[in-house]
Amino acid sequence: MAMTITEKILSKSSKRKSVEPGENIWLDVDVLMTHDVCGPPTIAIWKREFGKDAKIWDKDKLVIFPDHYIFTKNSQANRNVEILRQFANEYSLENYYDVGTERYKGVCHIALAEEGYNIPGTVLFGTDSHTCTSGAFGMFSTGVGNTDAAFILGTGKIWEKVPESIKFTFDGDLPPYLTAKDLILQVLGEITTDGATYCALEFDGSGVFSLSIDERMTLTNMAIEAGAMNGIIAADSVTEAYVKARTNKSYEIFQSDSGAKYKAHYKFDVSKMEPHVAKPHSPDNLDTVRNVQGTKLTKCYIGSCTGGKLSDFKFAAKLLFGNKVQVPTFIVPASTSVARQLEEETISGISLKQIFENAGCIVAQSSCAACLGGPSDTIGRATDNEVIISTTNRNFPGRMGSKKSAVYLASPLTVAASALTGSITDPRDFL
Amino acid sequence: MEKIIKGKAYVLGNNIDTDQIIPAEHLVYSLSDPEESKKYGHFALSSVPISQAGLPEGGHPFIKGDNYQSEYNIVIGGSNFGCGSSREHAPFALQVAGVQAIIAESYARIFYRNCVDGGFLLPYESIEKLNDQIKTGDELELDVHNNILKNITTGKTYNLRSLGDILPIIEAGDIFKYARQSGMIA
Ligand code: SF4
Repeated sequence: MAMTITEKILSKSSKRKSVEPGENIWLDVDVLMTHDVCGPPTIAIWKREFGKDAKIWDKDKLVIFPDHYIFTKNSQANRNVEILRQFANEYSLENYYDVGTERYKGVCHIALAEEGYNIPGTVLFGTDSHTCTSGAFGMFSTGVGNTDAAFILGTGKIWEKVPESIKFTFDGDLPPYLTAKDLILQVLGEITTDGATYCALEFDGSGVFSLSIDERMTLTNMAIEAGAMNGIIAADSVTEAYVKARTNKSYEIFQSDSGAKYKAHYKFDVSKMEPHVAKPHSPDNLDTVRNVQGTKLTKCYIGSCTGGKLSDFKFAAKLLFGNKVQVPTFIVPASTSVARQLEEETISGISLKQIFENAGCIVAQSSCAACLGGPSDTIGRATDNEVIISTTNRNFPGRMGSKKSAVYLASPLTVAASALTGSITDPRDFL
Repeated sequence: MEKIIKGKAYVLGNNIDTDQIIPAEHLVYSLSDPEESKKYGHFALSSVPISQAGLPEGGHPFIKGDNYQSEYNIVIGGSNFGCGSSREHAPFALQVAGVQAIIAESYARIFYRNCVDGGFLLPYESIEKLNDQIKTGDELELDVHNNILKNITTGKTYNLRSLGDILPIIEAGDIFKYARQSGMIA
């Protein structure tokens, strides 16, 4: 039977020859990831349900990244990190990346990639909706709540409904003013925030396989914004090179069969696309940058698992080099590794970090920061009726802090161009 | 599982996301400490724009004053209820506030799973659009065995979609109870 890549991986994980969309199956989980917001309640449920003798099904497969609320004076947030710390200690967890230590990594989805946990052909669950990001590695990855995570923690298993797949083929050469963010915003505008509920989003085409891993992760990251269970891109030589540089675990590469069934198939020619934004207050509220050009801003934000990767900062630095920002502009590297690379990567001998500082940007420590608002002392948080343009993934009311604020989502190029004028600006004006 | 759930409707629009259900800044409270976890109830649905809070006219905060429980125990939503983050704090907050069931046209996957696997509340799917037919404050009666919703205030009756595949988990109480009953775990 012809199957999609998602169906093949789920067949393997459920030890079946084949699976069909709509079937409920039990999966063997390869990695469970959690963080400081959902880790503590997950551990509490696991202890409640499995009692004093609760056992972690496989300690090597549990990965914990404090990343959400970590640079704050909020005592309840700090208590959450302390719970993780004690838990990691009590169970001698190898894969705990404590904040305040050399091991600290930053935003979980990017850290999973960097630390070699993303392995083609495997199944990864995380207590975070953007766990779909890992699908950029030709694997099945999806988010779950604390109860499901606690169940996995004790059993290594979880039920899932096999998703129908929707395919997006991007062909053509990406023009220099476009990034993966522009592509995924157009997908969302096309299918809307519930257009892929319980579905898999599969991306392919020459426009996708020409992208770096960083940029591929921008596509899969926002699959959840369409309600999708997972986003997926088959592994190729780019993926293999990235994975092999980080782990010697074995991997298996799956591809969709040519006769596989799709709920829908959308085709785009990327050479004809133009920069887009999602207007307040929904990621599917699509418009071209040109149509909202001139909208006055109070703040610009480049960060998060969507838009805080090295590739995002390279795009931004291209425009900010030698220029000055006109509104407060926050640079929040997703991970400590990205932060390090901002000091190492240069344009004309000047480091990206220096370029940002010279332009007047505020460079923050790696974490989720204001992507999800967070405690009141979170850097970059939206206050009052601010108007913000951001490389993050959600602009629901209140997502970045104040519920009176308005957030536009855009590519790092569009955000950088807008920072230079203080109002929404098409990056083509600077390129 | 209760057979009949009676109470007052709280009506919301489409795409009620988890940031509106429980804003991210409140995710720091303990979910297991009974006293502290009341804060989740207090802040439930606190980020719904006031014009959208309690339709059709809006302006009805879900929680009044310092309370942590709402006078409304059945939420009527539109499409894509619970989209956004994976935070289980969202169905938990609604449960603490006293919500027993949601009836919406459709749900986001993670929110739906969380409602069911955590045993927090019943996520029913309506067959027709209900959030323009039912008003906040209407007296409702939900017949769980027969999948029927009765609006006592207007006298109208609506059929709901059966809970389908997930019924065994709902009947057991949550995913752990289900797994114990079916011998998956000890
Ligand atoms: S950066 Fe934002 S979207 Fe990504 S994990 Fe953190 S809070 Fe979630």
